[in-house]
Amino acid sequence: MTTLTTTEPADRVGTAVLEARGVTMRFGGLTAVDGVDLTVGDREIVGLIGPNGAGKTTFFNCLTGLYVPTSGEVRYKGAVLPAKPYRVTQAGIARTFQNIRLFANMTVLENVMVGRHCRTKEGLFSAIGRGPRYRSAERESRDNARELLDFLGIGRHANSLARNLPYGDQRKLEIARAMASDPGLILLDEPTAGMNPQETRATQEVVFKIRERGLAVVVIEHDMRFIFGLCDRVAVLVQGRKLVEGTPEVVRADERVIAAYLGTPYEDDAADRGAAGDGDGATVRAAGEDEGTAS
Amino acid sequence: MTEQAPQWGADSQPPQTPLAARRDGTSPVSPAIAKALVAVGAVVSLVSTFLAWTWTSSFPGDLSVTGYPGGNQVITLVVSVLLILALGPVYGVPGLRWLAPRGYVRLLRGLALANAVSTWYVLLAIAIELNGLANWVSGSWVAAIATLLPVAGSFLLPDDQRDAPPARSIPLWAQSAIILVAIILAMFIADYGITTGFTEEFIGFALAVGFAAWGLNASGVLARLTELTARNRIATSVAAFAAALLFVFLQTSDQYNTIADDILIFATVALGLNIVVGLAGLLDLGYVAFLGVGAYSAALVSGALSSRYAHTVLPFWGQILIGVSVSIIAGVIIGAPTLRLRGDYLAIVTLGFGEIFRIVVNNLNGQSGPDLTNGPEGVYGVPDLKLFGYDFGKNHQLFGVTFGKFGNYYLLLLVAMAIVVFIFARVNDSRIGRAWVAIREDETAAGAMGIHGYRFKLLAFGLGAALAGFAGTINAHLLNTVTPDQYLFSASAPPNSAFLLAAVVLGGMGTISGPLLGAALLYLVPAKFQFFQNKQLLLFGLALILMMRFRPEGLVPNKRRQLEFHAEEVAEAEAHEVVASEAPEAEAVA
Repeated sequence: MTTLTTTEPADRVGTAVLEARGVTMRFGGLTAVDGVDLTVGDREIVGLIGPNGAGKTTFFNCLTGLYVPTSGEVRYKGAVLPAKPYRVTQAGIARTFQNIRLFANMTVLENVMVGRHCRTKEGLFSAIGRGPRYRSAERESRDNARELLDFLGIGRHANSLARNLPYGDQRKLEIARAMASDPGLILLDEPTAGMNPQETRATQEVVFKIRERGLAVVVIEHDMRFIFGLCDRVAVLVQGRKLVEGTPEVVRADERVIAAYLGTPYEDDAADRGAAGDGDGATVRAAGEDEGTAS
Repeated sequence: MTEQAPQWGADSQPPQTPLAARRDGTSPVSPAIAKALVAVGAVVSLVSTFLAWTWTSSFPGDLSVTGYPGGNQVITLVVSVLLILALGPVYGVPGLRWLAPRGYVRLLRGLALANAVSTWYVLLAIAIELNGLANWVSGSWVAAIATLLPVAGSFLLPDDQRDAPPARSIPLWAQSAIILVAIILAMFIADYGITTGFTEEFIGFALAVGFAAWGLNASGVLARLTELTARNRIATSVAAFAAALLFVFLQTSDQYNTIADDILIFATVALGLNIVVGLAGLLDLGYVAFLGVGAYSAALVSGALSSRYAHTVLPFWGQILIGVSVSIIAGVIIGAPTLRLRGDYLAIVTLGFGEIFRIVVNNLNGQSGPDLTNGPEGVYGVPDLKLFGYDFGKNHQLFGVTFGKFGNYYLLLLVAMAIVVFIFARVNDSRIGRAWVAIREDETAAGAMGIHGYRFKLLAFGLGAALAGFAGTINAHLLNTVTPDQYLFSASAPPNSAFLLAAVVLGGMGTISGPLLGAALLYLVPAKFQFFQNKQLLLFGLALILMMRFRPEGLVPNKRRQLEFHAEEVAEAEAHEVVASEAPEAEAVA
């Protein structure tokens, strides 16, 4: 199950890194994610957008083992993903969190070294004994962590506590920490939330650079300029269902997407809420503002 | 290496004009007069300790001798000398400016208060215990007034608190020497506290140490020292070990070694608990049970009189093996089903386990249960250890010093403590330690980083249990008996689960020196305040509340090794790693 290689040969561009088939997540009577398919190719940047409560983060949690999908299947490089978060990371999918979840009282460097955890094996006795193999592994993870911090441009903060970092740098640190596990796919959950336009643009560059390192990226975002300037493909989730998927141009031109975000004048809001309460997400309603259904 | 070497001392720095002093022109007297008040007060109080403070020798410590300071006078004498030394930075005496990197006024205030409060405490005690101010003699009046002068003077000076200037670099050997001297001094202070003969002396001592520590902390000299010890961890450990050895050589009888032994056992177990609570963040309220499991397991196979297996006598290493293994098994049995829980639930289950252990061993007496532990009477007659022909129960002469039973065990416990500190330090600074802290900080995020939370929590629980079991095997021999009521959740004297947890929290979670300091304080204070008797727990609770209100991070806050990787270069970080793991000379080569 977890005997996957983490790096693929470069000539296999185009093969699917991630294949999600009919992923459905129900919480009691509420269907938060309803039969979503998503395929991510090698070195592809896929955007996932949708109104608040559309089920984007729930879908992410299904991909990373935090939730076990009620039905459906997620394959990473051909193998079905295990159901535990730590095994998913081991398999090669790393993620960041919507609300930053750093290890606040550890140093920046240590945070990234923790990200390296699943690629090292040293146990209790080698930690006490400190043989040459232990020391070389430790040095290797430290070098790796420093390299990643420099890659994201926060190397100068290596020794400060994570909680003392400026907000934007905390977001970068989350990405560095996720990348330390040598993933083949990285899932970014709203990486530019709370950032100013300059920082957002810088994040865009970072994502491109991540792709250059051979990673595929799935990114959830509300900033449309960011998404459309970044992604090869964009999928739109509304009410837990995939509404549209295609190139940024196609998605941007699609009326249903605009309707999902902005609403349409003729649809009745109250009727919409009632339908959502029944968990009936079968019809794609064009009305927006359906916050609070699920996440 | 030398240019990157850690730094010390501010002598080469140009004197900085403190912002506060420049702004503040409201002081009613000129600084020169205030400084003079401090100086005169310090010198006169020093002289006063050579005078008699009362006419009768009935006050403890005999303060009636002229020309020879005794009892509490020694405390005043030492603090006065410190105060005179602290005048060094005030008057810019070369070689003494390092005493106050962050400004001297608070140092003066702390020491002046230490001097005045501890002296006034004794003088008031004389007046109250001997019924009336008539028991004061001229020396008492001199001391009373002289110790107040520095307080007045230092509080009339404007505050000069500032950021410490960058420290001057000094060679490695000097750093090691400073650490050694500082730790030996600390040991002498601790030795004085442990060996105080009567309550008045201990209270005076505690007051003086408290205020002086506040002053030294505010002046920034403690921060400099902490920085230095964090950079030279090998030197610090060696110095601490040497100082602890020196302690036992200073003892003329076994009287205070018993206290020291109990402190060492308590501190060792607290350090083990610190892995579970401080690193992995698992609140364990029944930790003392693992000490009991170790002690019972070892006692049963030690050839104790009342042991069911009295005919089975294992060597000491065998007993350790049994004690540690059974503790680990107990830890896994408790941990495996419960560590899937988070937070409070775990605390409740461990609390229950602690009680279950005590009640079970109380009942395994052949009547209400299988005959194993001899019930409430416990396993008594545990023989003293014999290692390599060295009988721990007999007196020995080592380097001209007589080691009684408790002196012998002190040496053994010191080794045990060193082993636990070593394991703690190594594991803390490793992949496993980082995983534990990550779980403590955010278990969900830790899982997303590939950390198998349950497995690592179980590992922390098991390692904690193993270290407690290890301490328990020695404790069984030290006390010669193992009974159920030694392992309570809460009692008025340590070790018990509540005190163990308090030692960790009071001292500083996740640190090495924190629980050691916390354990020493929590043992020493109740032992020295015997007269409080049944109010001890009340005071203990009060102290905890105050502590959580004013210093929730503990006495020794965990800086999470900020200083360890100070320089940016990987090379330097590696040099530190080599130092931390190998020989100290490697750094000199690098």
